Amino acid sequence: MNGAERHISDHGRNLFDVNEVRKDFPVLHQMVNGHPLVYLDNGATSQKPRAVIDAVSHYYETYNANIHRGVHFLSENATREYEAARDTVQKFINAADRREIIFVRGTTEGINLVAQAYGRTRLKAGDEIVISTMEHHSNIVPWQMLCQKTGAKLKVAPITDEGEIDVEAYLGLLGAKTRIVSIVHLSNSLGTINPVKKIVQAAREHGAMTLLDGAQAVPHISVDVQDIGCDFYAFSGHKVFGPTGIGILHGRRELLEAMEPYQGGGDMIRTVSFEETTYNDLPHKFEAGTPNIVGAIGLASALNYVSNLGIDAIAAHEDDVVAYATEQVAAIPGIRIIGTAEKKSGIISFLMDGVHPHDIGTVLDSQGVAIRAGHHCTMPLMKRFGVAATSRASFALYNTKEEADALVTAIWKVKEMFRR
Amino acid sequence: MDLRALYEEVILDHNRNPRNYPKRPEGTSHTAEGHNPLCGDHVSVHLRVENGVIQDVGFEGEGCAISTASASLMTEALKGKPEADANTLFKRIHDALMTDGVNSDQVTESLGKLAVLLGVKQYPMRVKCATLPWHTLHAALKRADEPVTTE
Repeated sequence: MNGAERHISDHGRNLFDVNEVRKDFPVLHQMVNGHPLVYLDNGATSQKPRAVIDAVSHYYETYNANIHRGVHFLSENATREYEAARDTVQKFINAADRREIIFVRGTTEGINLVAQAYGRTRLKAGDEIVISTMEHHSNIVPWQMLCQKTGAKLKVAPITDEGEIDVEAYLGLLGAKTRIVSIVHLSNSLGTINPVKKIVQAAREHGAMTLLDGAQAVPHISVDVQDIGCDFYAFSGHKVFGPTGIGILHGRRELLEAMEPYQGGGDMIRTVSFEETTYNDLPHKFEAGTPNIVGAIGLASALNYVSNLGIDAIAAHEDDVVAYATEQVAAIPGIRIIGTAEKKSGIISFLMDGVHPHDIGTVLDSQGVAIRAGHHCTMPLMKRFGVAATSRASFALYNTKEEADALVTAIWKVKEMFRR
Repeated sequence: MDLRALYEEVILDHNRNPRNYPKRPEGTSHTAEGHNPLCGDHVSVHLRVENGVIQDVGFEGEGCAISTASASLMTEALKGKPEADANTLFKRIHDALMTDGVNSDQVTESLGKLAVLLGVKQYPMRVKCATLPWHTLHAALKRADEPVTTE
């Protein structure tokens, strides 16, 4: 029986019991620096449930083989499971067609693939690419590289003091020259959930291609790419309880069909001669070389785990814990929370008067509390708020209110140590 | 884990009240900028060197308690020192922080008040915080034009 199935009652109603969920994650049950581990760095990477760990071991122990080429038993098994993983992903984000699911290394590679394979041949000098102030470096730099090659211009939609995209200003940036709009679904530094449906719709009205960076959204909120209406959606396996080194690029089929391959090599070809090569069909056209087979299988196991718990039940639990934690943290004198959007999920970024985030991170670690301190790969966003870094507590489905209390106690320890 | 090994009172004091900060001495002759790209911290070190002797020194920038205290202690140690001695001190600090394991009593003693910085060695992720101002000093003495980074 799959680990998550225990949490579902006979009549299918989801009974989210965080204590039961925690039993599925071996890494959580350990002491760090003499304190029970409180893992609040899920924005960086998530922990893995037993089901994922077992799926990975099971692959290596029983059917490790290369795919799409062997005629032997193991290869057939590996191929079947790898392709079944694609079906799982398709269902999870409600893509229209399994051929629209491309396995990549992660969100970063997904965005780079689009910037290069879509952008290089389609953009020209004077065209415009629109992003926002809250983008991760991985949704900035690939577009800057594309701009350098093509002469296109990068336009940045501003954000409000609360950390929401200024939608009016965004709409004002759109025009006849707008060719690409690439926006984060859920901000890794602020937790803001962006109104992506509205953003995408407006971009499409101007004939622009749309890409969403879903790295942080997928573990926390329901994602339906057809409902959103975006052209591309990228996310990473390791942030949604799967292995590192595997991620997904979803793209609308007619766009992917029309695009040149991103990389050349094995598996992406139909025939090769020294005179001419013909390319394979989707999705293989974009999966050159032996892919991360076990990563795809592990990711499918992670998505099944999430589906079995129910993303809405997960979101409700997380919102409850994060609302509680936000209230407790905000009540500590000298704390300022960065990112107070109306629609938020999973993340509390904060500053403390007179104490640098790195020092906060070190003191929290001494109390067993793992957070991230730094610019979170969003340096332009840090500049927008006039800071070099923040401390970020990022939550996942297995975090509890007791852990929020441990975070608050540890923050008081920082205050005590650095009191003036 | 004893945090006091890292955040000794001297460190906390220099973080609360950094010496020679923010300061760019009149007649600064040597200056350099340092960055830690991992955290976005930055520091500028300014020296007024006359006849091979550091007559005055100051620093500017934003950093954590470790890098701020390290810079502050460094400026105190540098005043009045010949350039050659400053370079020797850089090397001594650098080697002491980058060598694996516990430093010999001899090394610790040779650092004097600066030995307080060695507490950072138990926290490998934080060693670069302590070395950043020193690398910046080294660049200033070499009159390097490129900003230095910890990477």
